[in-house]
Amino acid sequence: MDIVITISSGFFLLMGSFLCFSGGIGLLRFPDFYTRMHAVGVTDTLGAGMILVGLMILSTDFLVFAKLVMVLLLTLLIGPTTSHVLAKAAFHNGLMPRGLSTLEQDNNKVYSTSNP
Amino acid sequence: MLIAAIIAIFVAMILSIFRGVVGTTLYDRILAVNMFGTKTVLLIALLGFVMGRPEFLDIAIVYALINFISVIGVLRYSDTNQFKHTATDNETVKKES
Amino acid sequence: MKHTISLFVTLAVFWLLNSGHYSLLILALGFASIALILVIAHKMDVVDHESQPIHLTRNIFGYFYWLIKEIVQANIVVVKHIWLGEQSISPALKKIKISQQTDMGKVIYANSITLTPGTVAIDLVEDELTVHALLYKDIESLEIGEMDRRVTMLER
Repeated sequence: MDIVITISSGFFLLMGSFLCFSGGIGLLRFPDFYTRMHAVGVTDTLGAGMILVGLMILSTDFLVFAKLVMVLLLTLLIGPTTSHVLAKAAFHNGLMPRGLSTLEQDNNKVYSTSNP
Repeated sequence: MLIAAIIAIFVAMILSIFRGVVGTTLYDRILAVNMFGTKTVLLIALLGFVMGRPEFLDIAIVYALINFISVIGVLRYSDTNQFKHTATDNETVKKES
Repeated sequence: MKHTISLFVTLAVFWLLNSGHYSLLILALGFASIALILVIAHKMDVVDHESQPIHLTRNIFGYFYWLIKEIVQANIVVVKHIWLGEQSISPALKKIKISQQTDMGKVIYANSITLTPGTVAIDLVEDELTVHALLYKDIESLEIGEMDRRVTMLER
């Protein structure tokens, strides 16, 4: 039983650290702001989720487990809110994504004239 | 395994500091600060388990809320262009208050 | 009334889990603070079906199960493209139509899009949603409308 707990929590922690690390790499590698946002999304959802699930398996106290669930729910609520507000502020202040195809650029023009 | 996770999170934090220093736009810097904050929450939770003091989780919850409020607070200003502080902006603020 | 009870139960569970001390004095102080919050929330007039969406409880767990599965799949795709590098991605920005009628449905749909890595909802005007995606394929799969249909089902 002990060995099952050790192995499963170790697996979750290892996957979580790999996801967080690749999120950091994506933050450096991607070309513009909007694509970097997707890399941060990886660390916010599944990276944090995997590490917290690994800690949940390790926890022995019920209160500790409940607090870990609370941290996970807060992360999942806060992540999309901040990235949406950030994207909206950037978009309304005129930061355009790079490397769009022609179809989407047409859409952009319609958008930017209809919305002051 | 906990130590390995802590090292990986430290590396991710260092990478996000790089992005915050290099920047190129304001929003890249705010994004890097936001990611640094969520990584700090995970780091506090992991440190609590390593030191055998799960009370650290309370600090993690509070830190998550502070991080959220700080990012929203900065973006409230930048969304309404209050960073620029033109003369007309100040006039409208005075009229409304 | 049922929204007030729901808010009370949520706050009480939150308080009990965070406190960890169950002596009579501390419990009384906790009850007093919950009562204070209920009074303030009623004065702010925020206790309604929007802040306490209990009419969604019946269907929401099936939706969460489906959403977690989607998030895991999207994460694998995005991590793969992080390691493949800049040449393999095709960023796209597009306005898509949504079919939800209520504000609650629209917010759930937009937040689900943002929660899935690889797609971010930027703006919502009337029934049009501006979406930025890491791959053009993701926007096409949103336009097919699997997630849209499930959110609409959620409100029944």
